[in-house]
Amino acid sequence: MYSLNVNGKVQKIDAEPEMPLLWVIREVVGLTGTKFGCGIAQCGACTVHVDGQAIRSCVVPGSSMVGRQITTIEGLSQNSNHPVQKAWADVDVPQCGYCQSGQIMAAVSLLKTKAKPTDKDIDQAMTNICRCGTYQRIREAIHVAAGTKKLPKSDSGEVAALVQQIKV
Amino acid sequence: MNQIQTSPAQISRRSFLVGTSAMASGGLALGLNLLTTTDALAQSTDTAPEVGIWVVVKPDDTCVVRVVRSEMGQGTRTGLAQLVAEELECDWSKITTESPTPGQNLKRKRAWGDMSTGGSRGIRGSQDYVRRGGAVARLMLVQAAANEWNVPASELTTSNSIITHAASGRKTSYGKVAAAASKLPVPDMKAVVLKDPRSWKIAGKSVKRLDSANKINGKQIYGIDLKMDGMLCASVMDCPVFGGKLVSFDDSKVKTLRGVKAVVRVDASTVAVVADTWWRAKNALAQLSIVWDEGPNAKVNSAMIAEHVREGLTARGDFAGRNEGDAVNAVANAFKKVEATYSTPFLSHAPMEPMNCTARWTTDKAEVWVPTQNAEASLAVLAETAGLPLDKCDVFVTDLGGAFGRKGGQQDYVAQAVKIAKQFPGTPIKMIWTREEDQAHDYYRPVSQCHLKAGLDDKGNLVGLTLRSSGQSINAWVNPSAIKNGKDERQLQGFWAQPGDAQLGYTIPNLLTEYAIRNTHVPVGPWRGVNTNQNGIYMECFIEEVARASGKDSLAFRQALMQKHPKHLQVLNAAAEKGDWGKPAAPGVFRGIAQFMGYGAYSAAVAEVTVSPQGEVKVLRMVLATNAGHFVNPHQVAAQVEGGVVMGLSATFFGECTVENGRIKETNFDSYQLLKLAQMPKVETVLVPTYDFWGGVGEPTICVVAPAVINAISAAIGKPIRDLPLKNAGLKFI
Repeated sequence: MYSLNVNGKVQKIDAEPEMPLLWVIREVVGLTGTKFGCGIAQCGACTVHVDGQAIRSCVVPGSSMVGRQITTIEGLSQNSNHPVQKAWADVDVPQCGYCQSGQIMAAVSLLKTKAKPTDKDIDQAMTNICRCGTYQRIREAIHVAAGTKKLPKSDSGEVAALVQQIKV
Repeated sequence: MNQIQTSPAQISRRSFLVGTSAMASGGLALGLNLLTTTDALAQSTDTAPEVGIWVVVKPDDTCVVRVVRSEMGQGTRTGLAQLVAEELECDWSKITTESPTPGQNLKRKRAWGDMSTGGSRGIRGSQDYVRRGGAVARLMLVQAAANEWNVPASELTTSNSIITHAASGRKTSYGKVAAAASKLPVPDMKAVVLKDPRSWKIAGKSVKRLDSANKINGKQIYGIDLKMDGMLCASVMDCPVFGGKLVSFDDSKVKTLRGVKAVVRVDASTVAVVADTWWRAKNALAQLSIVWDEGPNAKVNSAMIAEHVREGLTARGDFAGRNEGDAVNAVANAFKKVEATYSTPFLSHAPMEPMNCTARWTTDKAEVWVPTQNAEASLAVLAETAGLPLDKCDVFVTDLGGAFGRKGGQQDYVAQAVKIAKQFPGTPIKMIWTREEDQAHDYYRPVSQCHLKAGLDDKGNLVGLTLRSSGQSINAWVNPSAIKNGKDERQLQGFWAQPGDAQLGYTIPNLLTEYAIRNTHVPVGPWRGVNTNQNGIYMECFIEEVARASGKDSLAFRQALMQKHPKHLQVLNAAAEKGDWGKPAAPGVFRGIAQFMGYGAYSAAVAEVTVSPQGEVKVLRMVLATNAGHFVNPHQVAAQVEGGVVMGLSATFFGECTVENGRIKETNFDSYQLLKLAQMPKVETVLVPTYDFWGGVGEPTICVVAPAVINAISAAIGKPIRDLPLKNAGLKFI
C-alpha cells in the first residue's frame, strides 16, 4: 500500500510495488486514456508526466513515484482546452487515435522546455510511434500550439494546404 | 525442406467459411441462415424516429447516421456520414453516428449490407446505397411537411435541416416532422436521382472528423479499455512455433500469486492466465513453466524459406497470369537485355492497439466486445466457438486502435477469448495480447521474390517483358476456394489486363506474367495494400532499371508505354509536374518516380532523397498523386496518403519478420523498427478526381512509396537495390 498523486488527487494504491505505473494508472486508479503499446518503453503510448516531465510509464514501478506529481491525459485540462489539445483538434491530427494521448503528453512536455521549438527540436523530442502515420500533422499541430504557425481560416487547415486538387 | 508445407495450409472449417479476405466480396454469404425476425431498432435511438434505415432524426434536429463499416482511423465514419448528409441536406453541425450490431443487421435481413471493412472498400463499397438512404430520408421528411401543410411536396425546398415552402413563407425543421416522416412508406431507393458530385456541399469538403474529440482527451474507449462488473482479465500464449502444440504447464508457482484466478488451456496450442487485472495475468504467465511440442517446423529459418521461394522462380508447371505475344523469345532475341531478381520479407501489421477481445458466455447467450474490421466474421466465429445459434450471439465493435488488415478475416483472437470465457460462465473475460504475442502470431504480409527480364530494341524501346513471382499465397491461408485450378490470380494484383481494379498501366507488346505458389508454415494474410505493395516494387523498380538501360528519362520511358492507359498517365503526369520532375534538383538531391494501380485507384509518386557517403538516407519530400474518382473528404484522403507513406517507408527501410527456429525473431518494437517523426518527409498530396468511377483510398498509395524512394536512392548511389528492407543493404534511414 502506498500513496500516489494522480492529476492532483492523492490516493491509496493497493498493489504490488513492482506493478508498473502504467498499470497502476489503468487498472488500479482506473484511468484508461494512457495506453499500452509495447511494455518496453519503445512506443510512447504510455507517456505521462511526472513533475511536468514526460516519461514512459510502462517501465517505471508505481511505487517509485511516491511524492511525485503524476499527470495523465485526463488531467491535462478540464475541457480539452489545453493549447496543445486545441491545436490537435484544429489540425485534426488523430487517425485511429490510440497513440495520441501519449503524443499530446510528449508535445506538452516539449513545449514546457522549448516554447517555440524548431523542426529539429520536434524531431528530437517526439519519438513516440504512430502506426497510422500522423507525424506530419503532429509537427504542424506543435507549431500551431507554439504560435509559430497559424492555420488559415478554412475548414481544412494548414495541413490541407498540402492537398492540391487538380481540376480535370 | 520437408518441414515447409508446399500445399495450402490446414485451414479450419470456420476460417475457410469466414474467409473474408480483402479481395473476396466479403460479408456473410457463408451459409448462415439469415434470420427472419421482425425489425428491432438500434439500441441507442429506440425512442427517436427512424427515417428510412440509414437515418434517425431526433426532435432537436440531431441527425444520427448509421455507419456499419468499422472505424480504425481511416476516416470512413466521417466520410459515410458526409455522403448521407449531402443527400439528406441536413445541418452538418448536428450530425452524429451510431453503429448497428451484426446481430441487428441479421435480424433485419442484412438491411445495412456488408459490414466488413477492408480492401479500401469502406466508402466505394457503400457510397451508392448510403447516398440513396440519405436521399429517401429527405424525401420522407419533405413529404411529412407537405402533408402537414397540405401542399405538393414539389413546392418544398430543403437546406440545413430546414424545410421551406416559399409560396407561403412557412418553414419547419427535420426534427419537427421526423415522427410523421417515420410512419410514411420508404420510397424506392433505386428510383431516387442522386446529386452531381461536382455540386456537393458537404461531401467532397474537408470537414473535421466526427471522432476526434475523444481521441485528444483520453476518453475514447478502445477494446483494451473496457470495464465491466465482475470482469476478469486474461493473458495468453500460443506456441511460439507455428504449428506447435501445448503439451502441459505447471501452475503451482503462479496460482498463488496475487489476483490469479486460474491457469487454463485455451486450445491445442494456447495457454492463458486469468486474473483480476491484466498486468497480474501477464506477469503470472511470464513465470509459468510451459512444455511445448514445437512440432515439425521447429528448425525452419528464413534462409530455408528463401531457398524454397527461390526454387519457384525457375520451376516448371506453374501458371501464367498473362501470356501475350511471345515474351520469352522477344526478350531472348532483343538488342539489349535487362534482368533482375527482387525480394520482400514477411511483415507484421503491428497496430498500436494490441489484439484484444472481451467475451461473456453463458449457456444461452454469448457476446463479444471487440476491435474488428469485420463484425459479421466476428459473429460467425463467436457463434461457432460458443456453440450457440447466431440469434443468441452478438458483437459490439469498439473503434480500432489500428488494424491494417490484421483484424478482418482472421478472427483467431475472438475464438481465443470465447474459449476462455466458456470456462468462466457469466463472467466477462477481457483478453489482451502482449506486443510479443502480437508479433509472434500475426497473419503476416507474405514473403516473395520476383524475377524479371526485359528486352529493348536498338532504339531503346521495350519489346518484351517476362515476370515470375514466387511466394506464399494469402488465399491458401484465408480463402482457398479463391484458388482455381492452382491459379491464385490475386498474387498478380496490379499486373492485370482488365481495367477497373488493379490494371497494369503499361502496354508491352510481348508480356508473360507468372506466379508460383510456395507456401510456408508461417500464417499469412492481407496487409495494407496486400499484393500491390510488393508487385509495385517489382514492376516499378524494374521498369526504372529498364528505363536507365534504354538511356531514356524515367518519366518519358514510362509515358511512352502508357498511351493506352490515360488515367494511369494522368496521375503520373500530375505527380511529375507537382514533384518538379525534369527541373534541376538542389545539389545532392536525387529524385525517383513510380506509378501503379490497386483497389480501383491510380497512384503515382515522386520522391526526393539525399544519400551521404556513409549511406545515410534522408527522404526529404514526397509528392503523391491519386485518382480515386471521387474524394469525399480531401483532408482525410491526404491523411491516408500520408499514412501510406509512413507505413510504406517503415517497410522499405526496416520492416522484416525473420524466421528462426520456426518462430518470428522480431518480438517487439526494439527489433521490429517503425518510422518515427524525425524520419517523416514532407508529403504533398495531389488529388486528380475525374468523377467517373469510385476507387479506394486507404491502400492504393502504399504501392508507389517504396519504388519511388528506392528509385531515387538508386539514382543517388548509381546502382539498383533489389532486396528489402534497405537496412540490410548497409543504408541507414535518418
